[in-house]
This record gives sequence, structure tokens and C-alpha cells, in this order.
Amino acid sequence: MPRLTPLPRDAFDFAAARHLLVRAGFGGTPGMVQGLLSKGLDAAVDWLIDFEGDSASGPDRNVQADTFDPSVKMQLTAEDYEAYRKAREAGDEEAIAAFRRKQEQQERDDRGAMRSFEQWWLSRMIETPRPLEEKLTLFWHGHFAASYTTVENSWHMFRQNQFFRKHAAGNFGDLLHGIIEDPAMLRFLDNNRNRKGSPNENLAREIMELFSLGEPELLGRKRSPYREGDIKEGARALTGYTYRGNEFFFDESQHDNGLKRILGRSGRWNGHELVDMLLAHPSCSEFIAWKIYRAFVNDVPETPPRDDVRKVVVQLGKTLKSNKYNLKKSLGELFRSAHFYAAANRAAHIKSPIELVVGTIRDLGVPVRNVDTLRTAAARLGQRLGHPPSVKGWDGGRAWINTSTMFLRQNTAVWMLTGRDAGGHPWPNDTTPFDPMPLVEQLERQGEINPDEATVYLQRLLLACPVDDARSQAIRHVFTLANDRVNADSLTAALCVLTALPEYQLS
Amino acid sequence: MTHDHDHLHDCDGDGNMAFTRRAFLQRNFALAALAPTVPWFVQQGAMASAAPLGLSSIPGVAEERALVVVQLGGGNDGLNTVIPYFAPQYYDRRPTLAYRAPGSNPNATGWNADALPLDAKLGLGLHPALAPLKELHDDGEVATIPGCGYPNPNRSHFASMDIWHTADRNPSGSDGWLGRYFDTHPATEGSNEAAIAIGNSAPRALTGSSVPPIAFQSAQQFRWTGADIHESLGKTYQAMSGEAASTLSQAATANPQLDFLVRTNMDAQIAADRIRGAVRASNGVSYPRGSLANQLKLIAKMIRGGLRTRVFYASMGGFDTHSGQRGRHAQLMGQFANAINAFQKDLRESGDDERVMTMVFSEFGRRVGENASNGTDHGTAGPMFVIGKHAKGGVHGRHPNFTKLDSGDLRYTIDFRRVYAGVLSGWMQADPSKVIGPQHQPLAVV
Repeated sequence: MPRLTPLPRDAFDFAAARHLLVRAGFGGTPGMVQGLLSKGLDAAVDWLIDFEGDSASGPDRNVQADTFDPSVKMQLTAEDYEAYRKAREAGDEEAIAAFRRKQEQQERDDRGAMRSFEQWWLSRMIETPRPLEEKLTLFWHGHFAASYTTVENSWHMFRQNQFFRKHAAGNFGDLLHGIIEDPAMLRFLDNNRNRKGSPNENLAREIMELFSLGEPELLGRKRSPYREGDIKEGARALTGYTYRGNEFFFDESQHDNGLKRILGRSGRWNGHELVDMLLAHPSCSEFIAWKIYRAFVNDVPETPPRDDVRKVVVQLGKTLKSNKYNLKKSLGELFRSAHFYAAANRAAHIKSPIELVVGTIRDLGVPVRNVDTLRTAAARLGQRLGHPPSVKGWDGGRAWINTSTMFLRQNTAVWMLTGRDAGGHPWPNDTTPFDPMPLVEQLERQGEINPDEATVYLQRLLLACPVDDARSQAIRHVFTLANDRVNADSLTAALCVLTALPEYQLS
Repeated sequence: MTHDHDHLHDCDGDGNMAFTRRAFLQRNFALAALAPTVPWFVQQGAMASAAPLGLSSIPGVAEERALVVVQLGGGNDGLNTVIPYFAPQYYDRRPTLAYRAPGSNPNATGWNADALPLDAKLGLGLHPALAPLKELHDDGEVATIPGCGYPNPNRSHFASMDIWHTADRNPSGSDGWLGRYFDTHPATEGSNEAAIAIGNSAPRALTGSSVPPIAFQSAQQFRWTGADIHESLGKTYQAMSGEAASTLSQAATANPQLDFLVRTNMDAQIAADRIRGAVRASNGVSYPRGSLANQLKLIAKMIRGGLRTRVFYASMGGFDTHSGQRGRHAQLMGQFANAINAFQKDLRESGDDERVMTMVFSEFGRRVGENASNGTDHGTAGPMFVIGKHAKGGVHGRHPNFTKLDSGDLRYTIDFRRVYAGVLSGWMQADPSKVIGPQHQPLAVV
């Protein structure tokens, strides 16, 4: 059985180990890269992928329910709604107003809970000893993209997040089967209104186009893998898949049990049988491989992709299919492949705002300072957790970058390094000092660090590609300004300049 | 002769002797576009200059027009903005919040003052704190459109705001209406400069695919803050970016992603320098205090300073008056009207009122009846204003009828998208059918 050509073992050097840790995770300090390097390629990939074994350390995988409140959106009872209905009939303005006030209070509470959830997840990405788990959870959030702005239920968003984490590197089939029983997604795509006799096609359409089979023009396909008729009939198969309170509910009375013809096959299909047919379709594994490729290997601005890229994606899809959608097998093959480490795929990915924020902390060891500021910065940079812009998720790549976000990316890094806001003012007041010296400790000779060496070393440590001489000189110049002394101040200043380089936005 | 003249002779011989600086720049841009060393926005402008100018203009009005959108966030109480004193139901449902008809009690002042006269025939007045707006109305520069809304109204701030921003009743996934305007109407000459929003983030109305909007709270934020840590770092950064510019041609094609980032970084600096240069201009009048006044003051400076941005966006919050509304709303009305009045006079002073139009909206009005806390809850239709020297002053359309309420809420009389369409076709010289669809007949507000 053919597979992707593996990377020669001796080609797994410091830069390659760093590439792996950044792409399959969120980066790490020089010590962590060194640790990965000393394991060797195979063990390094195994360590990243088989993260379940590492559940003893770091945040608990199975967060207790008391972290968040499942009833935050259940303050209004059926009696309240009934009273409201009667008040409207009677034109009782006072009762209507009282109801609406209670409703607004509930919505405010829920928005507060959602912010806590976003902070919690961001902290988790910063702290986790199992980086691939969180990276994949974020990947599935972008693939099965549901936004709180429509779901309007923080608990359902949290529940969905736990679902993605549970299956992060599990089996794609479980994810696709599970998503049609996920309250947040059912609400997001209106399937709670998909009833026998009056179908709503939203979920059926997106499960084909965005979750499993892909857009018609993908990978230079000649024709669409599905037709409008498949969507119409698929919607009927999904009737009755809804939720009650916080749990999935199959409403048999609303399920259309009639004959349907989907993707060329007739039967009394239900939702899970529809999912099985989608998984069996040859376009599905290829599409998922393509999504994985774009997220982990190369943003690939051009579609259809170059021939060599297409071949890798097709092979990756075959691995997925032949392993019944086992994700570890495919990711392992990818992370061990020569293609993953090829020069064309280094510095080929524009960091997402979350990757930028989390990666800067993990690479440099800067203090978190204020997790809500980080959350807000990522949101202003275009990536608010739990709020993808549409069911297509985040476009990623160059869509992250414009003149405003460019400054904001650089200024976020300045704040992370120095705790200083525009105008040089410390913010928040209890500025935690950042000690950058551990980053360069191995350059120390008789208590001194050579500024030329530091300049070169920092670039090697933090950038995925070499910087041209002029810009390298600019970093070196910062040490000149400090009389060639490499100390906490001059190093922090040099890092401010380095994180402002266009190169820093790439991984 | 001058350097400019040499370029004139280089022209394609169309015999146009009315040489302007703009034409000179345009030509330069077109040439520069061949080299990869120019920033994106300049390149886009140069490429777009090939497109014909197909739409008619208003005689005597400058072609470089700007639209300033003012958003009143929180749901402004339309019924206490444009006062429907013709309607007894207004007084029945608002025992403590209603304003009397103009001239009912001329001695009353402050919060108890009568409504100001707006249109006696229609029985409409203005909130007494809107006197500075009334002054502009008397000059014929305010188009008032009461009862703007849309079908099947949504009373959620967020959902309704999205509908107004996208001009789409089902806004999920849609771009903003002004973003679509930029996408469908690239600059006919010169550069397609990004819309500028004053605030922490660009509003959804400005999101599109071709020209990403710029957002900043103050011009001081739209720059690298590392320069504030130590002065010498700012110089290092400048030097580095200058070097980036000169070495770009070597770096180009080696890594297209990096090439893209280097260019965007250059664009950002050029735009930042221009904006900060423009805001060094001084204002022609003094402005009152308050957030909206500060934003409009900054916008007036940028206009005066020569920025050719076509769309500016300002916003003012605090209109969600669920309780104790009377004093709070009067304060908001006063801040709003004073800011608009100062802005318009500032523009007159520099002559820029010829090329600037302001449009005001809120995501919804409030319910007809006041609530038990002397406030009002979320409602439906509300007024819009279009303000400027070339606005068609007066009241447009009908005020919603009080005998046909929809469970206590007004039914809209003008779809707000007709106002957008009117501004797009009448002022922005755009084709509204490309931006918000052909079904919304433009309202002649310009």
C-alpha cells in the first residue's frame, strides 16, 4: 500500500522539530524543541499524537460540569412563557416589560458565561501539555463551524467544544455522526425546525457541502459529488433530529420515515444512514484530507492546487479511507512525511490570531498578564473563539491580514512582551515582568552573551525562514543601542522588533 | 519648465490640457503598478483607473464625495426623536415620556420644553434638545425619514444591527452593505482608499472582500506602539521597514506569503503616515464635548487634511433606555445634535460641505407605550436622517400609523434599504442594485 515518502531520520533537525511543534501544536520554548528533537522523528510524532497517555499532567481532560453552569439559559420557565403569551394577548404592558427584562437578564448572564468559556479555552491552549489535542479541537471548531451569535447558549457551545476535544484525534466518522446530535449545531443550522412535511434544508446542505463532500470545484473536480435532489432528500432523512433543553432528542413524530433517494440509493434513510453514505462517498475522505492539508501543511492560496500538492492530498485521503477515518494514522503519516518538512511548506502558513497569541506565549515564555486582553486581541484580529464568521469557518491564510490587523498583531506582541499599551503606559497596573534571559542562556560565556550570536540565535528560534541582512541588522542595532550588552532590557527590545517583522507572522 | 510638464508631454495625446495633480498621480501610479515595490492599495487604484466613469454626476458638486455614517447604538427612541404630536395615541401610551406639540407651553424649558416644529402639516416635531439639528433643518440640509424599518422585525440588538449592517434580512454570512459597495464599485480614478471607522473594530457594514476597512480609536493607535517603549526603537522600525521596501524586489517570488506580508506592512505604514499627517490639520470650529463630537472632529480633520476615503463611520452608544428615560435621552439627543451641528459648520468653513453627506440610523426604535420604569423597551421602526448641503431637506415618507400597531409596535413605512439605495445612487454615484439588490426603489433623499 503506497504512502507518503517519509522524512529521512537524520533530516529531523532543530528547525524540523520546531516546525513540527509549531504546526502540530502552538510552538514551545527552545528547551521543548530540544526535547522533541532528542526523541527522534518517530517518537516525537507518537508523543504528539498519542496524547491520551499523558492525561496525568496538565489540565483535566474531563472538565467537571461545575466549571460552567448548564442552566444559565434556563432561568425562564414554561410558566414564564405562558404568562408572557397571556400578557401579550391582554396587552398587559407591565407584564410584557417584566418578562422582557428577565429575558434580557438571562441573555446578559449567558453572554458573560460565554466570555468565561472563551477565556477558559484560550488558557487551556496556552497551558496544555497535549498541544495537538487543542490544535485539533480548534481545527474541528473551524470545520464544523457554529457561532454563538446564532446558538445563543453558552452551555451548548461548551458541550460542543468538549465533543470536539473528545474525538479530536479519534475517528472522523464519530465526529460526523455526532454532529447531527449536537444541540449547538442543530440550532445553528435550524434543524430544530426540520420537520416531517416541512423540511428545512440547512443542515442537509452544509453537511454535504462543508462537512463531508466539499464544494464542487474542489481539487479540480469536473462535477459536484452531490445534487440539489440529494440535499432535499437528505433534509428529509434529518427530520426530527432536534434537542430538548441541553440534550439531543430524536422526535420520532416529526421524522419522515418515507422512501428517499440519496446519492443514487433508495431506502427509508434516517440521519445516521445518511452520514454512513456520506462517509462511504469517495469525495469525503479526499475533502477531509484537503482540509487537514490546508490547516497543517500549507495555506495553498491557489485552487485547484499544484499537481504535487494534489497527489499528497489524494494519498492522505486514501490513508483516511483505508483506515476507516482513523485520524491518528493519517496525521502520523503526514507528520512523518518528507513533504510536510519540504522547503516549500516552511514559512508557508500565516499564523491565525489564536496561533499568534498562544504561540508567542509558548515560544517566548512571556507572562499571560490578562487572559481577557488576549481573548479580545484575537477577536479584534478576526478570530473570536466560539464566533466563526459563518458556517464556512474562518477563511484563514491571507484573509487574516490587512493594514489594521498588521499593526494590531505587532502591537499585541509589544504588549505581551512589555505589558505596555500605546503611549508606553503600563497596562494593567500590576505589570508582571518578563524575563527573556532563559531564552538565550545557552549562549552565555563567562557571564556574557555575544550580541551577534544572540541576533542570529533569536531568528533561528522564532522564525520559520531566514531574514534578509538589512532586517537582521535592525535587530542587531537594538543591542548596539544598549552598548552591545545583552540583558533583559535589550533582549526585550530586540524581541519587540523581531515580532514586528513580517516574517514573524509566518510559521 | 516643471517636472509636471514633462509628464504632461508623456501623455497619450488626448489633448486634455486641464492638467491636474490628480491626473499626474494617477499616471504615476499606473506606471508604478508594473513594479512589485508599490503597496497594494496604490496598485489596485492604478488598475481600477482603467474602468470608465459611467454614472452621472450632480452639476457643481465635487466628484470626490464622502459618506459619513453615524450609528446610534442601543435602539434610539424614534418616537421621542421625531415627535408625532398629531397622534393622540402617542400621548395615551406615554403618560410621562411624551413631548407636547410645539407652542403648547412656550414658557416650559429643559426636559419639559415643547417639541420643536418640524412639519406642521404632518403634525411632526423634533425633540427639544435637537435644536442644533433643527437649525440645520431650517437651512434645508436635513432629510428626515420617519418610520424606517424592515419586514418581520427582530428585537435583539445584535441581530437587528446585523440586518442594518448587511442590508439583508437574513444576514448570516453576508458582507456589509458598504463593503459590497466597495467590491462592486472600484475607484474610477486614483486609489480605492479603505473606509475608516472610528472605534476599536470595523463595523460589519464595512466588511467586504476587496478593500479591508481601517479602524482606530485615535490616529495615535494606528501605528507601531513599540516606538513608545523607547524612541530609538521607532527609528529602528522605520529603518527596517524602509529596507524592507528596497529589498522587496529581491524577496519577491521566493515566498509569496512573505511578499504579501511585506507589502501589507508597507501599506499600513503609508496609510498610518497619511492619516496622522491628515489629522494634524486643525478644525474650523470648536466642538462640544462627548464621544460622537470627538469622532466627528477627527473625521472632519481627515477630510480637511485631504484624505480621499469615501466612507467614514462613527458611532454613539447608550440609547438602550429601559428606565428613567426622560433625562438620559434628552442628554443623548443634545450630544448628538450638537456634534452634528459642529461637524456640519466645520465642513462649511472649509468648503468640504460640498462633498460630504452624513447618514444617521439606529438598529430599531422603541415600543409605543412606555414601561413601568419610565423607560421604553425594544421596538421596531425609527427615523433616519440624511444631512448635508446636498441633502433634500424636509420630511420624506409617512409617519407610521398608530391605529395599526403590531402588538404594540409601529409598522415601518419605509424600508431602510430604500434610504441606502437613495444615498448610493443619489450621492455615491453607485448602482444600488449591485449593492443591495434591485427590489429596493431608491428614496430621493439627495
